[in-house]
Amino acid sequence: MERVHEVLAFLRDDPEQQFNYLTDITAVEYRDAGRPLEVVWQLRSLGRKADLRLKVELPQAGALVVPSVFDLWKGADWLEREVYDLFGVTFTGHPDLRRLLMWETYAEGHPLRKDFPLRGHFSRAEQTRQALAANPEAHYSLEELSIAAAYDELPADMKDRLAHGERGSVI
Amino acid sequence: MGLTLPEGGAGTEVSTMSPNWVTTRLDFLANWARANSLWPMPFGTACCAIEFMASAASRFDISRFGMERMSFSPRQADVLICAGRLPFKLAPVIRKVWDQMPQPKWAISMGACASTGGIFDTYTMVQGIDTIIPVDVYVPGCPPRPEGLMYGIMLLQKKIKGESFLDADLRQEHLLGPDGLFRPARVIDEVSEPFGNSVHQTRSA
Repeated sequence: MERVHEVLAFLRDDPEQQFNYLTDITAVEYRDAGRPLEVVWQLRSLGRKADLRLKVELPQAGALVVPSVFDLWKGADWLEREVYDLFGVTFTGHPDLRRLLMWETYAEGHPLRKDFPLRGHFSRAEQTRQALAANPEAHYSLEELSIAAAYDELPADMKDRLAHGERGSVI
Repeated sequence: MGLTLPEGGAGTEVSTMSPNWVTTRLDFLANWARANSLWPMPFGTACCAIEFMASAASRFDISRFGMERMSFSPRQADVLICAGRLPFKLAPVIRKVWDQMPQPKWAISMGACASTGGIFDTYTMVQGIDTIIPVDVYVPGCPPRPEGLMYGIMLLQKKIKGESFLDADLRQEHLLGPDGLFRPARVIDEVSEPFGNSVHQTRSA
């Protein structure tokens, strides 16, 4: 499990493998009790026109933790956030592991797990109350806020682009 | 005009709140104007919005009912049309849109999902937008054809034509209560009870 990152880095970088495109990251939980949860990486080599699927089994009893491959493929960002959101698998090393589909204050757990009831854990009234209390505009991450706070320290050309847009000032 | 009020006696007090000829004529005029110039605020979230677009396009053309212009700003809108299922994630959004609309305002819940949650009896879906905002007309269907929506609009026009400005409750804003809910929790739980086929969907796996 610790070597997942090593294996994926090998598959990407080895000249005989060249799996340079990450198609998908997902997870599978089976109905059979005791069967481990699987995390699946679907790779493609654009040059070799070959596909490869890598699976890792995570025992239900242990912690659901795998290393993030965000440093290998930037596209892993939202894929890992989705798996974290819906299955509760933690990707260590992900820079911004927040929920992706459910809102960030969602407190009922991870909906695609088999022990998650179809209608959720809370009563409809409680779900409605929490949903109405949410602020849909508060969606900026700590990272985005820290960029905004560090605006004065940005390089001059980047500051100019942020202030006026790519095509010059619109105001 | 030859009309004299008998002096004294029971039944001679004329209440200022009872509708007389002038107020009914005023009502008629205001309601006629309102009913025939409803500007819809489209809140389309799903396939119902496709039928809603068809209703607005040339063949069905709800301009004929005075809905000349889609109002994409809630501040210039009269009737909120929720076309499609409403996930909990959008609940605060529709509530904010509704709160921004000025009085007089009405709401149409278009389709099975907006009205009851429909087939989506799941953890993500509001079980009827009437748990979030007050609704005037429910249009059944999955999705309703444009004829269905137009019938709902005509029902709303009929409802508007029956309104009276003497009715003090009519223009009252129904804000969220101190518990953060629009309806009592007991009512929301009751109307969200599974029905029809969804009672068989209780298993978790």
